[in-house]
Amino acid sequence: MSSRLAARTLYVGCVSHMSTFQQVGKEADPAGIVASAKDLRLVEALRGGDEAAFAALLDAYHTSMLRLAMIFVPDQAVAEEVVQEAWLGVLHGLARFEGRSSLKTWIFRILTNCAKTRGQRESRSVPFSSIWNPEADPGDPAVDPDRFNPADAPKEAHHWVSFPNSWNEIPEERLLSQETRAVIQQAIEALPPSQREVIMLHDVDGWASQEVCNVLGISESNQRVLLHRARSKVRRALERYFDDE
Amino acid sequence: MTAGNLTCKELVELVTEYFEDTLPPADRARFEQHLARCGGCTNYLDQLRRTIDMLGKLTEESIAPQAREELLQIFRDWKKD
Repeated sequence: MSSRLAARTLYVGCVSHMSTFQQVGKEADPAGIVASAKDLRLVEALRGGDEAAFAALLDAYHTSMLRLAMIFVPDQAVAEEVVQEAWLGVLHGLARFEGRSSLKTWIFRILTNCAKTRGQRESRSVPFSSIWNPEADPGDPAVDPDRFNPADAPKEAHHWVSFPNSWNEIPEERLLSQETRAVIQQAIEALPPSQREVIMLHDVDGWASQEVCNVLGISESNQRVLLHRARSKVRRALERYFDDE
Repeated sequence: MTAGNLTCKELVELVTEYFEDTLPPADRARFEQHLARCGGCTNYLDQLRRTIDMLGKLTEESIAPQAREELLQIFRDWKKD
């Protein structure tokens, strides 16, 4: 069976389990973010069969969708099927898209629905909020406690033992070098999945906090905690790297 | 957080709330008062700003050509229906 046919079969399975695309299309965005004029033009182009418009969507979102799907399903191959299923769901849902959420949020909601349905079928039911329980996870401090004077220090308790270095003197080309990027990539890969997903969507993909919360189904404050921990760890990795020079 | 002055150790845990502008006004004022007289925390904040800036300049891997072609074919089939 070609993968195209496979996707079609899966899509049918996906639809029978998940809330219908009609509902997804009609669901208002809890953050009140509605489709932009650009979204609506894009939807019109897609409805009219504009392949370049679809290709642009693939280039913009496919990689993020694949990464996000990996949270819910056991392996890359299944994640790829889920994303293909989601794209098919997007195409079939286009006729009913009403612009009551941004196009991006709508697409990613279809993706998470497909991924959760598939995850359940693969006996790996992991709604994002259950991967991470804030109460059970006190987390690491943002900065190594040894960097601060102890509580019983004669003066300046809990202040820096020695200041973090300024990065102002580091040339721009070094900040943007392949090597620096690799340090950041490694730090991100080492994060727990919940922190990794939040920092990727928010800081790398540039999503608004509300969009991240909507798609992952977490509260704003939990999102901030995850973002805080993730950024702190990436900063630490960069500091180690720059200080070693 | 204590009612008095903020310590550096406390400040570093509030940076994300500061950036996201979710600190209550009184805490925000304490945060900025501390920052105004602490070179260490000024550098720390600057490091984080640059970290966020660098994260925003990372590029995601692009879609695999084969997956892209398959999906474009799905699009063409959908169009025909």
